[in-house]
Amino acid sequence: MSDITIRVQAVRRDHLQRKLLVFGVLAGLLIVAAFFSSSLCPYDPYEQNLAIAKAAPSAEHWLGTDRYGRDMFSRVIAGSYTSIFSTLLLVGFISVFGSLVGILCAWSGRWIDTMVMRVSDMFLAFPGLVFALAVAAVLGGGVQNAIVALAAISWPKYARLARSQTLAQQERPYMQAAKMAGCGTLRMIRRHLVPNIAGPILVTAMLDIGTMMMELAGLSFLGLGAKPPIPEWGSMMSDTRNLLATQPWVTLAPGFAIFFSVMIFNLLGDTVRDWLDPKNRR
Amino acid sequence: MVPVLEVEHLKKVFAADNARDLLAVDDVSFAVHGGEKVAIIGESGSGKTTVARMIARLTDVTAGRVLLQGEDITQLTGRKLREQYRKMQLVFQSPVDSFDPRCTLGDGIAEALQNFGWQRREAWQETERLLVLCGLTAEIAARYPHEVSGGQCQRAAIARALAVQPQLLILDEATSALDVTVQADILALLAQLQRELSLAYLFICHDIALVQDFCDRVLVMHAGRIVEEGTPDAVIGNPQQAYTQRLIDSVL
Repeated sequence: MSDITIRVQAVRRDHLQRKLLVFGVLAGLLIVAAFFSSSLCPYDPYEQNLAIAKAAPSAEHWLGTDRYGRDMFSRVIAGSYTSIFSTLLLVGFISVFGSLVGILCAWSGRWIDTMVMRVSDMFLAFPGLVFALAVAAVLGGGVQNAIVALAAISWPKYARLARSQTLAQQERPYMQAAKMAGCGTLRMIRRHLVPNIAGPILVTAMLDIGTMMMELAGLSFLGLGAKPPIPEWGSMMSDTRNLLATQPWVTLAPGFAIFFSVMIFNLLGDTVRDWLDPKNRR
Repeated sequence: MVPVLEVEHLKKVFAADNARDLLAVDDVSFAVHGGEKVAIIGESGSGKTTVARMIARLTDVTAGRVLLQGEDITQLTGRKLREQYRKMQLVFQSPVDSFDPRCTLGDGIAEALQNFGWQRREAWQETERLLVLCGLTAEIAARYPHEVSGGQCQRAAIARALAVQPQLLILDEATSALDVTVQADILALLAQLQRELSLAYLFICHDIALVQDFCDRVLVMHAGRIVEEGTPDAVIGNPQQAYTQRLIDSVL
């Protein structure tokens, strides 16, 4: 390798490192803010005050108030708790559960593999949001049910990914060497397989955070997620959408909150993917 | 005395899509005695690696039997199979690929020891002893496979294979991926280890010249069958088969 190539790679790595830091910090701030949202709200997000209903943004109410006079800034912050933690919970669950299913399929092979993969095909064949709608409709509204509905349709992606990754790794000599070194199945999976397939699964999960946040907000927007008066970005947009022409801030505030959160998590996911790219290795 | 390894009528059929199954190994039988160095030679696709992998139970056996010290291991699975790896180890062709990229070389060797009942502390001491035995320094235990040369990595792989003190070492093209001088070093190491530990070797190789001075007996494989067998001098000096002659001509 020439000196120039090495230098270019070093510059690229520095650049990536900085991007990773920036987006990591932004996403971290978002999560911390969501966690402490109840103490960060300047006003009670549930307190109604009809005297100041539909007020425009001002020094007291940075994002104005909604038609019940509730402070929008407080409601957007309070909404981050529901939106962000529901999403993280959902993505965490489907990535772990789906991956375990995929590893089990690849490892056991035969009829378990065939059966579970056909079931996952079935889930993949449904149009995602429609299926989630049906599930949410059957189970009723509420954030938990929206999470269950989205989890039900989203795990097959991880199962397929983990399965194909496992099959690829099983062919590698080091897995066979581990077998000859006397590793039992559980030890092989825990110590050798999981660390070697975690990268692609992690990247998929990171990129999925944005998608899932939007789908959860979408379900809430349709009235199948969080129930009013619980502040949640999707349902807040739905509640206030008839005010879009006259008091646009009440709709735009949660809209931009979704937009920025999704963007931050997507950019972080992209950066992590580049970071884990083997071409980026020394 | 019971041979370390007996292979009886071993057969492997790979199922192909178009109903024309591939007969990779056809009725192969031979034995390896304690301390003996046996080479299987043949061109690519002759089935020699498949034989090695079937003996090591990394590939399923279609028909026939593999006996380790008189014990049939052909159908063993799980814990019982794992116990058999105390007696038999295999060294792979690509040394770097045979170590987990996310573990150090020392982790890989110590893991083998710990799996077979060693305590952590003793396992690490033994790991360092094995690395030194194989001509490396103990410091290499902390390196990752991509941080060392192919030759160093193959020495570490041999150290790992020796960790469980097997009687039989299968070397599946173990020197083919290395350059010529390193090949000679590894062969010298193997010869030295064989004198010290009286191992039996099953040496899978496509290079007749390489095995000539090294092995006691040569089996020539062609199209899944053993076509010739004898001492290296007899096989190379006076080949009985046209195929063996071609194999010799192609190298020398």
